Amino acid sequence: MTEGCLELNYDIPANDFLHAGEASSSVKKMLNQLGVDPDKVKKTAISMYEAEINAVIHADGGAAHIEIWKDKVVIKICDKGPGIPNVELAMQEGYTTAPDHVRDMGFGAGMGLPNMKRYADSLDIDTAVGKGTTVTITVFLK
Amino acid sequence: MGTYFHSVTLDEEKCRGCTNCIKRCPTEAIRVRKSKARIINERCIDCGECIRVCPYHAKKAITDSFDMVNTFKYKVVIPAPSLYGQFKSVFSRNHILTALKMLGFDEVYEVAQAAEIVSKATKKFINKEGQKFPLISSACPAVVRLIQVRFPNLIDNILKFESPMEVAAKIARDKVMKKENLTKDEIGVFFITPCAAKMTSVKAPYERESSSVSGVISIKDVYLGVLNNLMRQKSCEDLIGAGYEGIRWANSGGESLALGTDSFLAVDGIHEVITILEEVENDRLEDVMFIEALACKGGCLGGPLTIENSYVAKTRLKKHIDEAKEKAIASSDHDDENDNIDWTGKVQYKPVLKLDDDIEKAIKKMEILQNIENELPGLDCGACGAPSCRALAEDIVRGNANETDCLFKLRDRVRELAIQMMELEAIMPPVMDKGSGGKGEK
Repeated sequence: MTEGCLELNYDIPANDFLHAGEASSSVKKMLNQLGVDPDKVKKTAISMYEAEINAVIHADGGAAHIEIWKDKVVIKICDKGPGIPNVELAMQEGYTTAPDHVRDMGFGAGMGLPNMKRYADSLDIDTAVGKGTTVTITVFLK
Repeated sequence: MGTYFHSVTLDEEKCRGCTNCIKRCPTEAIRVRKSKARIINERCIDCGECIRVCPYHAKKAITDSFDMVNTFKYKVVIPAPSLYGQFKSVFSRNHILTALKMLGFDEVYEVAQAAEIVSKATKKFINKEGQKFPLISSACPAVVRLIQVRFPNLIDNILKFESPMEVAAKIARDKVMKKENLTKDEIGVFFITPCAAKMTSVKAPYERESSSVSGVISIKDVYLGVLNNLMRQKSCEDLIGAGYEGIRWANSGGESLALGTDSFLAVDGIHEVITILEEVENDRLEDVMFIEALACKGGCLGGPLTIENSYVAKTRLKKHIDEAKEKAIASSDHDDENDNIDWTGKVQYKPVLKLDDDIEKAIKKMEILQNIENELPGLDCGACGAPSCRALAEDIVRGNANETDCLFKLRDRVRELAIQMMELEAIMPPVMDKGSGGKGEK
């Protein structure tokens, strides 16, 4: 355990839309308890939720690793999914590759990455086609 | 108000220290200590959930006693529309209002009538340009207080209009002051309430300096009196002022229906309300302009201080609504002078769940908390007095509990000790050791 930093790990279950978002809502609860400014809590919760859902929709789940520092929150969501062939395209609002049955449930509207970008202070996408994607979201608390 | 006033309190004698209330409290505000369920004041939002679930009726709501009515020269009663659902359908709204008045009031003014004023203002407000949606109704004070402690991001979404109760109290008092030429203090305005949260709103309002309501009496407390009067009464006065739009507020969804838009969401029951507010906070609700969130299942008709089952009450209320519809009274006429119903006070975030003011210390505490939680059995049995293992871990970190409060942990410790004792017991000091028969010594 790194000094001054709280590390959390969550599994993101595959194809489980009912429980998708549990990790981000548990992180949200903790940030509130830590006394983090409500506005920053919201930024963190929404961007993490989008990343979490993306892992469920596109990559058979994955893992979330969260570091909470006094001045920032770093969220890493890793999956072993298909990867994103064209990140620039994926960043466009409304662009989606989600299958119909997912869209029918109200997910996969092509707002995931754009929302992440909107709410995160920094967003890093490390992806390789056929290998997987790691999204790193940073929200500064100060 | 510096201290916390709460209507919801504990009847020490009746409380058996069971786990029913601690487990249902939406803000984890109750702990059992010394066999009694103590309420953590700063966390309680007066939703009344504990009153409803306590099998021993040990949780109660403090409301004003009827004797208070007689301390005023002129007495006005303002009943919540949920009152109409409490009596058999044969009694008309005028019958009920007359019977209520006969208890010793000089004047009746329906809160439902004031609800129409709030509806009108809300309608106007919703259609203003550049509005931030969704707007969240402030009709249920328990929901507003829930937002204050759990959903700070949604404070801006609250519709900051006076409650129908406050509007009614103000209008009724002003009217009487003019008509009877009385001073403000000579007039007592009494609200007949279905819930505890309203009582707290009067004694410790969050949206204004002080309430216009003089006293709050529960539906439960007037029920028998009104029923007796209903049985005896032959004729009734014409006292109704509200149309169906106002009466409908007692139902979940009633407030929304008056707004003339389909993009509303009505949710009732405090735990369901939390789920919806989570959705809103995470920006996941689309195309909803207005959210009507009520802490009680079935809306105010399901209030903990009502008599009738909320489903029965709903059917009964429907008759009153239909009656008003037949007469084609949607809402009553209102003077525009009552148009300004904005809050004068400011509702702020109450970070009561925070572990520490210093974030570094808070992070440290959270780390310890996580470790403690991992060691606890995870049964959430409540036998320690906290609602869940995680809540116990929180209490330990805050210094309000010990690990051995957990029965399983305690048993582990006892077992360890027992093993140690057995081990010690087996050791025999040489001077006392007779077993070997003093070998080699004669």
